[in-house]
Amino acid sequence: MTAAATHTGAPIRAKRVLPGFTLSLGTTLLYMTFIVLIPVITLILKGAEIGPERFWRIISSPRAVAAFQITLTAALIATAFNAIYGLLMAWVLVRYEFRGKRILDALMDVPFALPTAVAGLSLTALFSANGWFGPVLDAMGIQVVYTIWGIALAMAFTSVPFVVRTVQPVLEDMDPALEQAALTLGARPWAIFTRVVFPAILPAWLAGCTTAFARSLGEFGAIVFIAGNLPFRTEIAALLAYIRLEEFDYNGAAAIALVLLAFALVLLVVSNVLQAWASRHREASR
Amino acid sequence: MSITISGLTKRFAKTDVLRGVELGVDKGELVALLGPSGSGKTTLLKIIAGLEWPDTGRLRVDGQDWLKLAAQDRRIGFVFQHYALFPHMKVRENLAFGLSVRPRAERPGKTIIAAKVDELLHFLQIDHLADRYPAQLSGGQRQRVALGRALAIEPKVLLLDEPFGALDAAIRRDLRRWLRGVHEATGSTTIFVTHDQEEAFELADRVVVMGEGQIAQIGDADTIHDHPATPFVARFMGATVELPVTLLAGRAEGAGLDLSTLPRRALPDGAGRLFVRAEDITPVPEPDAPWRIVSRTSTGAHLRLVLRHPKLGEAEAEVPRRAVRAEALTPDAAVRLKIEAGTIFSSAPNSAATQPSLQTKPIQLERSQ
Repeated sequence: MTAAATHTGAPIRAKRVLPGFTLSLGTTLLYMTFIVLIPVITLILKGAEIGPERFWRIISSPRAVAAFQITLTAALIATAFNAIYGLLMAWVLVRYEFRGKRILDALMDVPFALPTAVAGLSLTALFSANGWFGPVLDAMGIQVVYTIWGIALAMAFTSVPFVVRTVQPVLEDMDPALEQAALTLGARPWAIFTRVVFPAILPAWLAGCTTAFARSLGEFGAIVFIAGNLPFRTEIAALLAYIRLEEFDYNGAAAIALVLLAFALVLLVVSNVLQAWASRHREASR
Repeated sequence: MSITISGLTKRFAKTDVLRGVELGVDKGELVALLGPSGSGKTTLLKIIAGLEWPDTGRLRVDGQDWLKLAAQDRRIGFVFQHYALFPHMKVRENLAFGLSVRPRAERPGKTIIAAKVDELLHFLQIDHLADRYPAQLSGGQRQRVALGRALAIEPKVLLLDEPFGALDAAIRRDLRRWLRGVHEATGSTTIFVTHDQEEAFELADRVVVMGEGQIAQIGDADTIHDHPATPFVARFMGATVELPVTLLAGRAEGAGLDLSTLPRRALPDGAGRLFVRAEDITPVPEPDAPWRIVSRTSTGAHLRLVLRHPKLGEAEAEVPRRAVRAEALTPDAAVRLKIEAGTIFSSAPNSAATQPSLQTKPIQLERSQ
């Protein structure tokens, strides 16, 4: 039925409601190039200058390996904690009405808004030997400050909003009829949660957890105060890169940074694959 | 299962949603709850399902007090207006859900569940959809799956909330016949909620008309259509023209009205109100009559006439366009209104409701007396 139109020349295009596609796309691409793409490319080029042999020597040095191990382990601990706590928090904020709910909701953004150095300082003050929590934990034989637990704590603090804020809207938009349907079909609360609610929020939860993990890997400001920064024990990868930079060892810094970048990219891919898998029923209709 | 409901009330914040509902439903009956939105029909259905809880009243099913029973233990099949299928499960898994969540002791084996699901797929004529996700189905198909999922647990009572509300007319008619067939095949007690009169009357054995949180009338299509029990039902059934009349010895009279065809009624003398459908008003040209035709619009088969009375205001009539005297019904013609059918309610007990002016009210579905 469009034959007549196509014969006359250029196809007729639908007019957009708001014009400016070219302009807005151009601006976006330009911005992305300067802010994201060029720095990443520079980093890769810097790394390429080193040559594979030296590169490998830098990143496989015992101190660097220890730093990567510490960073990964702490980030895993922090993410495991946030995966559960963040989900719980989102649940409470969506499902219940209580006094002070809005304040709690607003507090959830504090880790985003607070300068990470301030977070690191206050956490250190609280958990150090003469802080509020330090002596109590000390009595129980738990040392937080200057250990990997301190690093995980600082990471958890700065990354928990990622989980809460990705799960929350999905949970809010869930049709209450789904749970009611499960109820009328005889499902008990635990079955309703595991078989109806959780699968619905799974993609968002996975996305939240992976971004929280990525953020934890890169966290710096909050950690350096509480970690003590002892090489081989509590020195994180980002700090090691910083130290190399201070020593004017640009290659050393770039190599370590590249490894962090690789981690981040792998995470991005994993995150997308997981989300696609968890929402395969939605893809199926397209 | 027979259902007995008595004295059911429910308040949401400051609104009385149910105000003393009494209803009995027999085993194997197919009942429609018909009413405008806000009439409380969905709340009543949800209370039967255990998804809402009444403030007062009783709900007994086969003598058992269902208000002591959680929704999970009532064994009801509930079909939601927007299907509420589990989006991450295939059709097959949706159908199996109710059986697979049973406590281990009562849960049938995997092969038995699979066989049951196959049987349902076949019975509902949706075999070919078994391995699709809900997002890949049309509205009508989703509704079939939703009903199948509810039937899988062999419910004692089947409850449907506006089951065809979101579907287009042709599919609606199809599914209606199909649901009737399913009901007859399973023999379950079925209650469904609708705001569509045609749907209610065509499908149900008995129609319960609800308004303002109460049951206004229970009956079959003809009874409710011809003998509405209250002004609310009359209006809801389309008798939107309201005219003041005077009653004397069971006969009614009104300004410029010919009420001779209406049967004598046992109503007290005094003021009354007549509720009539536009198509039951035949304007008859007559030089001295008080009504004037204001406008005339053709809808093809019919002529829609707006009439005005100097004191009473406006009324609307609808006559076949090819009727004998249709040409004479031109704007400004003086007419008498012959009322072919209508219902009169006495204004005597609550004269406050009597208004001197007369008007064609639009159907006020949300508010009524």
